Amino acid sequence: MRTVPGAPIQTKGFINREVTKVKKLGILSTLLVLSLILGQSAIAAERLRMSTTTSTENSGLLKVLLPPFEAQAGCKVDVIAVGTGKALKLGEAGDVDVVLVHARKLEDKFVADGFGVNRKDVMYNDFVILGPAADPASVQGAKTAAEALAKIAEKQAPFVSRGDESGTHQKEKELWQAAGVTPKGAWYVEAGQGMGEVIVMATEKQGYTLADRGTYNAFKKAKTNLVIVFDGEKGLFNPYGVIAVNPQKHPHVKYDLALKFIDFITGAEGQKIIADYKVDGDPIFFVYR
Amino acid sequence: MDFLTESLRAALALILTLDAEVVGAVWTSLYTSVAGILLAAAVGIPVGTLIGVGRFTGRRAVLTLLNTLMALPTVVVGLVIYGFLSRQGPLGALGLLFTPVAMIIGQTVLSAPIVANYTVAAVAGADPRIMTTALTLGAGRLRAAWQLLLEVRFGVMAAVVAGFGRVIAEVGVAMMLGGNIRGYTRTMTTAIALETSKGEFAFGLALGLVLMTVALIVNLFLNLLQQR
Repeated sequence: MRTVPGAPIQTKGFINREVTKVKKLGILSTLLVLSLILGQSAIAAERLRMSTTTSTENSGLLKVLLPPFEAQAGCKVDVIAVGTGKALKLGEAGDVDVVLVHARKLEDKFVADGFGVNRKDVMYNDFVILGPAADPASVQGAKTAAEALAKIAEKQAPFVSRGDESGTHQKEKELWQAAGVTPKGAWYVEAGQGMGEVIVMATEKQGYTLADRGTYNAFKKAKTNLVIVFDGEKGLFNPYGVIAVNPQKHPHVKYDLALKFIDFITGAEGQKIIADYKVDGDPIFFVYR
Repeated sequence: MDFLTESLRAALALILTLDAEVVGAVWTSLYTSVAGILLAAAVGIPVGTLIGVGRFTGRRAVLTLLNTLMALPTVVVGLVIYGFLSRQGPLGALGLLFTPVAMIIGQTVLSAPIVANYTVAAVAGADPRIMTTALTLGAGRLRAAWQLLLEVRFGVMAAVVAGFGRVIAEVGVAMMLGGNIRGYTRTMTTAIALETSKGEFAFGLALGLVLMTVALIVNLFLNLLQQR
């Protein structure tokens, strides 16, 4: 019903109908929002919050590792996958109940500062240096990872860094230090993104990068033509640790559930799932015997 | 280039097979955006009407502020609200972080300025005689404002549609406040961000096409409502 500007209001009934329509809409939306807010606490299944790294999540391991635990413990695990730095910060703030990361030095600091308790080794894989098949910096001849990076710096071959304080980035920084080089210049690119994006970027630039073997295995079929130019050194060892957030610092965390989770993934059943997990026939993680 | 055709095929497959995770992500996108825009309209339309119709000192400053709020990067909005909702923050005890409610709060904050701003424009552009006529005929101030809104309802509808477009398509707030938790706070947009980070460009684009289809359906529906 069109109203003409300046003309008197048509009918009282019309306004009343419009007002009722809006009232109904208003009540409906308020109820919707209220039920959502209240429903959050009411929705039965207990939720365990875990922060982990993007590489762990992207490997797909959690999709097979979590459901058996969720069934046994009668809960749901909320996985928040971010860079290692942020994962630990979430633990410090008490925004999550348990942390699964791979940066030993940072993990130790996390526990020493009292933010985490009951740290356990879970699994490991290793880092590899990726590069173009042509290997312009002759990395393949290097005897150590540090030497490999030194060669790249000398040649000023393109190198893409995670640049995001992740476990991979920490390892990369250690290697540059061991090589006695401060990487700087147009050849050294700090992407500030996840492992996948960095591998893609390095592929585009036909440059080098440090990656975890798991992500590389997931990418090597179709998403990158880079090859492993260096691997196998003890210093490239990449261990994963799980830590419960300290209930003394954050009384609200689900400490018992977190301990149950830690026991599960370090126990026989969880370790078997981890060891058996393969992508395209390649194992991604290895367990301690 | 060929991931474009690959993604078209993948998008069709996703829609036809009703992949469970995609359906879940679509549903999360929809209900958080709808709840967000409803709340934003509840706040934005009255505020916009007041500013549009009212004449008060500092009105120009308020309008400038409103315009600036529209240019807020989503990730900044996400960060600020994160600061409030994190356990370290003042509202931490509510435990809202990484829940759909946090996302809804974020969407509301994001779209309220848009709704308010467009409502100001619609109301300020209306014939000034509407309000005065209504008031002279004995309508209370609220009824008169209502009559004005009815007159500019297309503009107000546009405000809501613009706000909705902004929240269903954004990723910064959903990611920061929701955490992209699979099966819980994963929306279409955060799922696309995840897939592209894994190098799954075709799948990411396929999800994008699904999102566009959903947005198209919603806008068709809103259009029908408008025509009534």
